[in-house]
Parts: sequence; structure tokens; C-alpha cells
Amino acid sequence: MAIVFDRIRKEEKLLRLEGTRMGHNIMMKDAKNIQIDTTSTSDNFGDIAIGRCISYLRGLHFTSCLEFLNIPIINKYNVMNICGNKLFTTLFLKKNHIPTPKTYFAFSHDSAMKSIEKIGYPLVMKPIIGSWGRGIALLKDKDATEALLEIREINNGPFDRLYYLQEFVIRPPRDIRVIVAGNNVLAAMYRESPLNNFKTNIACGALPVICKVTKEIEEICMQISDVMKNSILGIDLMEDKKNGLVVHEVNGTIEFSGLMQVAKNNIPMEIIQFAINFARK
Amino acid sequence: MNCPECDAALKIPEDADIGEIISCSDCGSEFEISKKNGVNIELKQAENVGEDWGE
Repeated sequence: MAIVFDRIRKEEKLLRLEGTRMGHNIMMKDAKNIQIDTTSTSDNFGDIAIGRCISYLRGLHFTSCLEFLNIPIINKYNVMNICGNKLFTTLFLKKNHIPTPKTYFAFSHDSAMKSIEKIGYPLVMKPIIGSWGRGIALLKDKDATEALLEIREINNGPFDRLYYLQEFVIRPPRDIRVIVAGNNVLAAMYRESPLNNFKTNIACGALPVICKVTKEIEEICMQISDVMKNSILGIDLMEDKKNGLVVHEVNGTIEFSGLMQVAKNNIPMEIIQFAINFARK
Repeated sequence: MNCPECDAALKIPEDADIGEIISCSDCGSEFEISKKNGVNIELKQAENVGEDWGE
């Protein structure tokens, strides 16, 4: 089995450790050091690869190359493509009748401002690509919003022209992260926001607290995994006071060290086992 | 081994692997282990956190 990475985090070490302990030959493959061409062969990746690049775009393109070489990889390109892009994720969720917060899209500064003025405040603006809560802003008034949009215009990166605006969901100061492997929920946790911060990312200081997997949580997660077949996913839900559970993110390269602080099961071992079972199918 | 940036002594755990990041406790620079052969270790400048980094 190959673990494709571009930076070794705690998760990659745990996957290698558990895989080795289970008797598998785990090959660590640094995507930064691998050259692939149109005549490459599928040697040296074993029976299956697990994609673990920290860079979404590097991982996505590398996955595409591995699929070209007919190397089975978890997660697949199509799943990674959706999960790494919040706009694609929202469209995917809505299209598949999975409850998700109301979200607005605009494709220029002026159009975004018009949209915001029409919808009203508060609103949450998120970069369509990125993680760990970076760049997510709670828009409360016109002055701060205009300043943020202006910064985007000045930066003028390709993703700065894509505006993703989401209703501010009234919820307890926490969200729920569920880790799913295929059709199994491995574990779930609440991520409790730090004081005076609406973000629930562990990277922003949120506290992991074990969460019981209710039938409703499981059903929503299975709706997603039924479509994104044979994937390892980190599904984020909010407890919307108005609409019940809503999914706001589906992550394709999960970080699980936060959940491991509170979960009783061995998550890396279960991930390895899932990958092995998938390779044997 | 010393920090290529500020020359302070770097603390590299014995079980550190290729691809792992080593931070200099003096200047904060980050390096990636690019080669390891026993106690012989080569470092390169670590990549900066990218806009697309994360889960």
C-alpha cells in the first residue's frame, strides 16, 4: 500500500504505524519527488494508494495521474474535486437532497456586493478553496464588507473572483465532525468554538468533545457516502435551530488527530483496514 | 546539525522521517528532511503554507 503525501503530519505517521503493525508493506510516497509521464507504468504503488497531500491542488492532480495509471486510490479524483471546493460541495449536497445552509454565489466584486446588499447581514463569506477556517469572515455591516471585497480585488488571485456567501446559521457554539469510511461511521465529535469565535475548526482552537452518532447523523452521512462511494470523508454538520442538521462541508483528506483525542476506536487502523478491503474487492 | 538560517543547534528527533518538518527554536525557520541515511540528514527549506492547504 502507498501513502501519498507532501508533508508528514501526525496522521501520516499513525497510518504508517498501524499499517505496518497490521503486517502490510506501507510505502511512503512524497508527491513532490515523483515524476510521472504519459508512458509511466503502475509500479511501486502497491495494490492501493491513500491520497494524503496537504495541498489540495497537488493531491487532486496527482490523483488524476494515478487514475491514469489505473492505480486504485482513495479518495477518487471525482470525490476530491468536489470535496476540495466549497462551491462544488454545496452544489453536490443540494443536488443530492442533502440538507445544507442556503448559499449564494457571485463572480465579481460588484455582483457580490449587490448580492450581499439584497440578502442583508449577517452573512458568512468563505474562500471556495482552503481549510482550517482561514479567510472565513462573518459579514455584519457594509463598511467591513466593502473592505474585505476590496482586499480580494487587490489580491486578484484566481479564487478571489469567486464569491461564496452563506447564511449565518443559528446554532449552538459548536458543529459536528463525522468520519466515514465507505458505509461505516467511524466516529464523531462536537467541535466547540473557542470563546468569542464563531469558527469551529480545531486549528482555530475549537475543543473536541465526543458526540454520540444518532440515527439522524448516520442517515445524513450515509446519504453522502452512498453517492461518494468507497470514500474516506470528514463530514461537518451544524445543528441549525430552524432546519435541524445541515451539512456545510465534506472533507476529502481528513485530519483525525483531534478526533483521536476523544474517540475510543483506532481510527488509523480502521482507515487502513477499509483501504485493504477496498483493494481486495 | 545547525540551522541553515541562524546557525542555532537544531533538535531533530531520532525517529524523524523524510518529509517531516523541523522547526528552529531560535529563529522559527522551518525545514523539511529531504534525505536521511542513519544519522546523516539533509534538510531543505520547507514549503510555505499554501492557500489550498488543509483537509
